[in-house]
Amino acid sequence: MAIIELRELAKSFRVYQKQEGLLASLRGLFRRRYRYVQAVRGIDLEVEQGEFVAFLGPNGAGKTTTLKLLSGVIHPTSGSARVLGYVPWKRENAYRRRFALVMGQKNQLWWDLPAQESFRLHQQIYRLAPDVFRRTRDELAEMLGVGSLMSQPVRELSLGERMKMELIAALLHSPEVLFLDEPTIGLDVVAQHRIQQFLKHYQVERQVTILLTSHYMKDVAALCRRVVIIARGGVQYDGSLDGIRDAFSGSKIVTLQLSETERLDGWQAFGEVVEVQPPRVKLRIVRGEVPRVLASILATREVEDVAVEDPPLEEALAEIFTRVGQPIPTDEANSVEVAELAKGIA
Amino acid sequence: MIVRAVTWWTILRITLEERLVYRGDFALATLMRFLPIITQIFLWWAVFESVGGGSRSEGTIAGYRFETMVAYYLLTMVTRAFSSMPGLASGIARQIRDGEVKKYLVQPVDMLGFLLLSRLAHKLAYYSVALFPFALLFYLTRGFFVDGWPEPGVLAAFGLSLMLAFLLGFFLEASFGLIGFWFLEVTSLLFIYMLLSFFLSGHMFPLDLLPAPWNQLVDLLPLKYLAYFPAAVFLGQIQGDELTRGLVMQIVWVVLFAATARVMWNRGVKRYSGFGG
Repeated sequence: MAIIELRELAKSFRVYQKQEGLLASLRGLFRRRYRYVQAVRGIDLEVEQGEFVAFLGPNGAGKTTTLKLLSGVIHPTSGSARVLGYVPWKRENAYRRRFALVMGQKNQLWWDLPAQESFRLHQQIYRLAPDVFRRTRDELAEMLGVGSLMSQPVRELSLGERMKMELIAALLHSPEVLFLDEPTIGLDVVAQHRIQQFLKHYQVERQVTILLTSHYMKDVAALCRRVVIIARGGVQYDGSLDGIRDAFSGSKIVTLQLSETERLDGWQAFGEVVEVQPPRVKLRIVRGEVPRVLASILATREVEDVAVEDPPLEEALAEIFTRVGQPIPTDEANSVEVAELAKGIA
Repeated sequence: MIVRAVTWWTILRITLEERLVYRGDFALATLMRFLPIITQIFLWWAVFESVGGGSRSEGTIAGYRFETMVAYYLLTMVTRAFSSMPGLASGIARQIRDGEVKKYLVQPVDMLGFLLLSRLAHKLAYYSVALFPFALLFYLTRGFFVDGWPEPGVLAAFGLSLMLAFLLGFFLEASFGLIGFWFLEVTSLLFIYMLLSFFLSGHMFPLDLLPAPWNQLVDLLPLKYLAYFPAAVFLGQIQGDELTRGLVMQIVWVVLFAATARVMWNRGVKRYSGFGG
């Protein structure tokens, strides 16, 4: 049975359309124009227990909205979802004790107090037995290497250390489902790596189900076997990371090591020239054409070495994002004009 | 039940700790509140002197002598220390605007209960620091309390009305803060409320000084229970049936605003999760 189940899940927001200029602003006092933006438009998804799934997609694609829906912060316009058998937006305490949401850009710890005070508060809120609480806390702190920092006020911690504390706070009650919204945003390589290693280890050990959004391909490559690409509010791809290339990237990068006497021009006849760095030339060649083009290159030019590679994953993704992630034209966004009196903004 | 009590105690203790982080600022803010007393005493001094034709002990205003007036003022300082909730409403509105309110939706904790406990902690921290200056102040000004200490019964009623003033102040301000679910900016609304509250709660002057129909209007509002009512009880101006009726009314207002805050929270969250997030 799937632990997370989304059916036709959709969410639209009403946003206030502020017109440019002072006069328009004054008009806006009495007559407000609203536009409905469909942040999520019909997502179907099933996640099994113990899966580590990455949500990828351009900014504004609906990733965070989906996580908010699943953690019950917002309720959908239509469609249904079940997590651990609960409807998230009913916000039952029984459900709230079994999942956690970590947002890389939001701080949940008490700013002026040491992290351990926040932890103690969580112990009470989640009703954890003292010995279980202490064991979990110390285990997590050790895994993340922040044991000595728990008694320092949170405001004095570095961003990386704070994020680690956030993770500990979120994991104290041993949630079965974890939603991570860009947990490594703004962190340096070392901290990023540490958190990746921790999540990987933790997930394998505890078999928790994790949904992660991130813009760092390294996070995704290190952690998630399954990738869901969300763009324009819908699922555009659901499969393995490597499968993305096969599905979306129609070309290969061919690097040719030329002999010293070989000419550097005229290469555009074989494919798109990506880079010329004597004695090397990089070409982009349509996938199915590679053997034929390569044969004709080898027949006519003096080449010492050949390497055929997939284009970088980021490139494949960028391609998908630009292909499907164009801003939604206004007429498609069900633009609705609503005029209301100023006092009736409510 | 015991688990709950431990939870509350933890929340109380942690917010108390947080409150005491910025010790200097806290101590200064606490002590500065005593400054206006001096100017206020001199103000009434001048008023009574002009009313009494040069002798301040001769004049009375609506039955108030100079001493009683100052005693009243000092007592409203005490009641305000219970009923005022600095930063509560604006804090709630800010949490709604910043999205910090999500915390209370994701975690199994009730926002109003949590805030009530942290406010209790704030108050306890405040009293522990302000107790000594208050004691000193009342010792120095004991001459203004011409009738001495009230009887134990009156004192008990005073204590009860102070507790109720704390609760009323909390739920009233919390309700104002929760308007933030509908209007993201509530600063000016709060300003108007503060201004009205300053006059209509009796903080500025005793409410029985007001002529009709204003005194009847004030009687219909909950604001007088934030400052005037407890002080008047202490001074023995409200007794017998009137006292009982007053306390019952105060309880009714507390229940009413507790319910209002609860309903606003439920509706607000519904709206928030429907439109915002």
